[in-house]
Amino acid sequence: MTTHLNTPLGDEVLDLNAGDRVTLSGMVYTARDEAHLRMQEEGFPFDPKGAVIYHCGPVISGETVVAAGPTTSARMNALTGFLLDAGVRALIGKGGMNADVAGLLRGRAVYLAFTGGCAALAASRMNVRGVWFEDLGMPEAVWALELDHLPLTVGMDAHGHDLFGDVTERAQAEFVRMFPK
Amino acid sequence: MHTVTEQQLCQAVSDATKRALAIAETHLPDDVTAALQAAYASEKNPVARAELGAILENIALAEETNRPICQDTGVPVIFITLPRKIPLTAAIEEGVRDGVARATASIPLRPNVVSPMTRANSGTNCGEGMPIVHISPGDTFTLTALPKGAGSENVSRIAMLLPSRVDDIRRFVVETALEAGGRPCPPVILGVGIGGTFDRAALLAKEALLEPINDMDPFEQQICDDVNRLGIGPMGLGGATTCLAVKVKQAGCHTASLPVAVNIQCWAARRATVEVVL
Repeated sequence: MTTHLNTPLGDEVLDLNAGDRVTLSGMVYTARDEAHLRMQEEGFPFDPKGAVIYHCGPVISGETVVAAGPTTSARMNALTGFLLDAGVRALIGKGGMNADVAGLLRGRAVYLAFTGGCAALAASRMNVRGVWFEDLGMPEAVWALELDHLPLTVGMDAHGHDLFGDVTERAQAEFVRMFPK
Repeated sequence: MHTVTEQQLCQAVSDATKRALAIAETHLPDDVTAALQAAYASEKNPVARAELGAILENIALAEETNRPICQDTGVPVIFITLPRKIPLTAAIEEGVRDGVARATASIPLRPNVVSPMTRANSGTNCGEGMPIVHISPGDTFTLTALPKGAGSENVSRIAMLLPSRVDDIRRFVVETALEAGGRPCPPVILGVGIGGTFDRAALLAKEALLEPINDMDPFEQQICDDVNRLGIGPMGLGGATTCLAVKVKQAGCHTASLPVAVNIQCWAARRATVEVVL
């Protein structure tokens, strides 16, 4: 079962559970480390209420998205609180985020995992609609990208469930069973 | 045999480099695609199946549209086999550099290469000692491009194990996969170098990634099964497919040493070999 979501997002994200498959359409905003710092200092260039942040450093040629897979989200662990406080409802990235972020998501937002390395697939489902902070360079700028049914997995839900954390815990237990000492 | 000028050699190597990178970046090798398809067919975890489905769709799209498979187009690692009649001169490395710079502009590739301390980006994917070029003797003049992404390279490891504890090799490899978790974009391929010296073990691990993955010996298969038992799954979201293959290469080593290197390769295991045409 796949749930379809349209931005801006609202309380429908609270119904999602870790492990659910969703497709997402509408506007998302890319942000990596530098863009987070800039928005913290200068404020948002877009309306953050119900917005979706995509951890991504795309390759853009003119108006065309050449490649736009996700980057490692954990780098943004300590930079995420202000986004959620401002009303951001979903984060997209790869690899998951830490327990602090899991706590911050509770009751308000979700983390959506997009398959790492799938740059061509991502590019085929999005169009460029705008850009801010271009002085940060192409990968670090904030790009407004309009998605058309991007397939995603709910990695962390708004109830404290974290698929990545569960998998890591089980893998560690299995390793100890395999190599006891 | 007619004499080859330095300029002809440089041009031929440059063309081969550009051609090999263009193929590698947009077309996954058949053995890797087949392994991903087999994983998709046998995977029962619905999340893992969906992840593998996205990967297969991405591979097909990249091929169709001639676009890079992944936005991390890697750093250029080049392997050349040189027949006896071709002179080993600086023209070969110059040709590789030129080919990498041309490929970066034409494919296009993300300019990933920076100076390690200043982090200044050259914009061409070339730098001091980069691209990395390995030349060995061979019967034919071939060039292999192995663009290597950072996510999987960053979680690779090397250890100098106790020579009295050969059994620890397996543990070290599985532990490397455990600590890497979802970060190297699994399902991964593990290149394992055993023996040699500190540096040779790492090179053996990298060379192991050049091997086709449709065939594993019992030792490689055992480690592969062990890693898959961890259940990390595609992208670290859980599932039966964490490791597509383990490939091991060995070299003689000091009686007091046991170097072991594990070079992790993400699912986008890009490699392409072309003939250098003079």
